[in-house]
Order: sequence, then structure tokens, then C-alpha cells
Amino acid sequence: MLKLGVPSKGRLMEKTFQWFGQRGVTLRKSGSDREYAGAVDGIDGVELVLLSAGEIPRELAAGRIQMGVTGSDLVREKLVNWEKSVREVALMGFGGADLIIAVPQAWVDVDTLDDLDAAAAAFRAVHGHRLRIATKYHRLVREFLKQAGVADYALIDSQGATEGTVKNETAEAIADITSTGETLRANGLKILSDGMIHASQATLFRTSRRDWTMQQRATFKTLEQLLGT
Amino acid sequence: MTLAATLTEADRLRDFFAARDAVVVQTDVLQSADTLLDLYGEDIRGRSYLTADPIRGEMVLRPDFTVPVVQMHMQSHADPARYTYAGKVFRKQDSDPDRANEFVQVGYEVFDGVNPALADAEVFAAIRDALGDVPLRAATGDIGILMAAVSGLRTSQARKDALARHIWRPRRFRNLLDRFGGRTAVPPSRAALLAASDPFAGAGADMGKRSRLEVERRIEALRADAATAPISGEELALLDTLTGLRETSDHVLSQLRDIAVDMPAIGPAVTRLNARLDALEDYGVDVSKLEFEGSYGRTSLEYYDGFVFGFYAADDPTLPPVATGGRYDALTARLGEGVAVPAVGGVIRPDLLLQLRGDI
Repeated sequence: MLKLGVPSKGRLMEKTFQWFGQRGVTLRKSGSDREYAGAVDGIDGVELVLLSAGEIPRELAAGRIQMGVTGSDLVREKLVNWEKSVREVALMGFGGADLIIAVPQAWVDVDTLDDLDAAAAAFRAVHGHRLRIATKYHRLVREFLKQAGVADYALIDSQGATEGTVKNETAEAIADITSTGETLRANGLKILSDGMIHASQATLFRTSRRDWTMQQRATFKTLEQLLGT
Repeated sequence: MTLAATLTEADRLRDFFAARDAVVVQTDVLQSADTLLDLYGEDIRGRSYLTADPIRGEMVLRPDFTVPVVQMHMQSHADPARYTYAGKVFRKQDSDPDRANEFVQVGYEVFDGVNPALADAEVFAAIRDALGDVPLRAATGDIGILMAAVSGLRTSQARKDALARHIWRPRRFRNLLDRFGGRTAVPPSRAALLAASDPFAGAGADMGKRSRLEVERRIEALRADAATAPISGEELALLDTLTGLRETSDHVLSQLRDIAVDMPAIGPAVTRLNARLDALEDYGVDVSKLEFEGSYGRTSLEYYDGFVFGFYAADDPTLPPVATGGRYDALTARLGEGVAVPAVGGVIRPDLLLQLRGDI
């Protein structure tokens, strides 16, 4: 069996089902709506596994599933040297979201990483602690800011409602995903002009074929033809 | 078996330093994370194992010995003082999973303010002697020279401070230098901000801990910077020469003397280099074969601020350095709340040394 991990709920699941459906592979939830069991029609040898999108990178890396649909941001954040453990099969063209750095609109002096760095230095001198950036993408953000040579900041973990952290004074800036930027604006924030960390979209990943059985390889070949990838 | 051999070798190295009058010290494996995070911020968070203790708060598996040894020394006030230690340190290897995430280090640290050049040479020679006759390549540098060059630039103090802050981040240092030297254009958003009659028009409500006053102060700083003349092409070229130096130490010394004619601020640092090379010769180091790199040590943690050195496997460039070290006066100043103690030290990886000797 070739196990295919798909997000278990919401728009990401529906869009994924649609994307496969348009290519002649029908994915559906089996049983009641609350059950996380799935079925696949249109191809033999593929098993649907419904999972939280955030767990799919780990399941791929562990080899418990051979294919999986998740955001490219999650794979980059959760897997060390992701290119070595998984391959991109198809960029699916939905679920687009940008991982960006945003600061209060009131910071009229801050538009670039260069500004952020200078503001962080002054902030630390005034307040006695580093400028806090709230995020759940610790590795991606840290790596990005390190490359850019930004100093005097600290990452604060925020697993939800990240846009509100600045107003609540638990952070001075945020790094989060946004698709339209509307929530950011509504919360008095603006995006740094060179603060784009990663443009994410839903992506079909697979593991390295080295560990696959002959049957899994054959199934994958058939699937590739159906999907046109 | 391998770990046992490594620990035996670590003991041998530690005894070797102890025989040179170093006091053997121990530190806790679990360290309070506050000090390290305050010193190194996210760099150390990305590289260390952090854990939470319900009473002591955030703790870290020691990523090195230097900070706890400095803290220990600051309480004892012994002067001069020499310490040695051996034990495991722990580092996440995020980008290179093939590197060890826990390994044994043996260190030798000298706190002696009387003759820094001599102390530098003493530590280098002690590490070299401990390493024995394994074929190694030594690399050296001196971050103090670049710091002196920055402090002597004919430009505003704000620019010098900004550059000094980024000596350990070569890319941002380069970006800043390009901008201060007029080699890159002012970002459009900044030009627009400075041209605006009311910079706060349409700015939105004040929010968060960074106040309107802080924003205004930064705008003032940007205005002052815009009115500052670019750093001269001559000075930029001298800095390029300094950071690009890559020669044997004796040649570097004569080049630096030439540069010091146009950049007198580096004079004292060059004098110190000269004294260090003399002291190294007294320890039997052939400085006409000792490599010196102008940018050596700039990508390590913000730590060393003077002499820096490393010993590398002569025929395996992929191996991490077998030994590294340097001077860290500024670190002692920050840990001692302003009271600096001149300090220089180095660490050896006994496992790599054994590997190169072919013993494991």
C-alpha cells in the first residue's frame, strides 16, 4: 500500500479532495463525518490517511506515510534538511500563504530588516530586554534573521492569535503566515518590505523511493500518470 | 569504548594543563539559561538544548564552559588565575545532522591582565603543546584590529556603534558599510520618510511597548545620518584590505604597519600583535609560517574580541576544528557587570584528536 496523508479537516482537505478529483482520483471520508477514515477510488494500492496538516511532515520523515499533502512552510519548519528527507511531487496551487514579518503601523521608521535591526538595538537599550517577535515558525524565522544579520531580538512562542500579541504587549513584532494581510491590518500591523520569509502553498510531497517496495513504486508510477506530474 | 578512550584522553589533556599551574574546575551540566540567552539571544537558543525547571526556570545543557568558568572566576577574584576543565558540552546541529550534538571539551583559560600579549601566546602554546605532533594547520586572527579600525573611522559615533555591533555578522557589516559609504542607495521607504512633512500621517494608533518617543528618536537619528558625509572611499578600501588579509603573520604585520600610516587608530592593536608575535616566537612558534586571516573568528559567537585561533586537521577540511580559542575581555565585562578581567582561553576536542592520531 502507498499511504497518502491528507489534512483531516477544513478547506485544505476539501481543496485537496477537489485537486485529486479533477485528476480522476477520488478521495473521500468513509463512515460518519466525525471519523478520520478515508477511501480512495480510481486507483488501486493507495490508502488515504487523514491527519492534522501539522503532523504530516513528521509522518513523512518517519516513513509511516509515503506521500502527503501539507503546506510547504510546515515541511521547512519541521524537518531538518527537508530536501534530504522528502521531495516535492506537485505544487497544488492553493492554500497560498506567506510567512512574513510584521510590525506596528505606528512604527513609521521601520520598513526593512535593516530598520528592524536598528530599532531592536535601540529598543534593547531603552527597555533592557530584546525586541520580542512572536511566532510559531521558530526555525524558519531564526534562520532568516540570522542570514539577514538581524540582532537583539528574541523569539516568543505563539501558537495562535499571533496578531494580537503586540497589542497585548507580549511581543513587539510578529512572524506569521498571511494570505491577504487583512487580519494584520485590522490589528494595526504592516508587513516589512523585505520581510518575506517563505511563500507557502499546499504541496504534495513524497518520501525517498529508496525504502519503497516494488508494488509501492508501481502504484506511484500509475498515480503520477493520473496526476500528470 | 570510544567514549572511554575519549574520556581518558580528556583526563590526560586536563592533567597536562594542570601541570602548567591551572586549577581544575567543574561546572554544572545544567546552567541557568537567562545569562546565555541575554548574551547570545536566538543564536544560542537555536544551538542549545533548553529545558524548563519548575523552580529554577529555563535551564540549558551547557553549550560551553567559558561562561560558567568566567562566572566562577568573577566570584573568586583570583589574579592571575589559570583554570582547566574537561567534560561534555551539548549543541544542536540543526543544519548538519552529521556533526556530534554532544562531545567532550578540555579547556585552558587564563585570567591575567598584566601582559595580554604574553597571555595570548601562553594559551596558544599550551594548546599546541597539548595537541602534540598530530599534523594540524593553525589559523589565527585578531578581531581587536577590526574593532580598532571601526572606532577610528572619520564618521559619526552612531555609525561606528552600528558597525561595531555587527563585527560578528559579516554580511550586515558589509551592508552597513556599503550604505554608510554611499555605495548603495538609500531605501525608497527611508527617503520618503525623511522627505515627509509629517512622518506620522496615516501611521495608525500607537501600539505595543515601543513608544512614539522611540520612533521619533529613531527618525532624528536617521535625519542625522542622512546629513552625515559618506565614509571616504579611502577608508572603505582600508577596511576591505583589513578584512581580506590572508597571509603569514610576519607579512601581515608589515602590511598592517603600512595601513596604520593611513589609519592611526589601529596603531595600538598592531603594536599588540607585534608583541604577541614576539611572545609566540619565544614559545617556539615560527610566525613566518603562522597563517593570519583578517576575518578569522567573525562568524563564531559574539565572544572573542582580540586574538583568535584554531587548529585544523591538515588533510581533512571537512572535520570541525580540533581546537579553538581566543581573547574575550568584553565577555568578562558583561558578566562582571562592568568589571572586566582580561581573559584568554582555548578548548580541545579530545575525540577529534584521537581520530586524527588514528587511535579510534
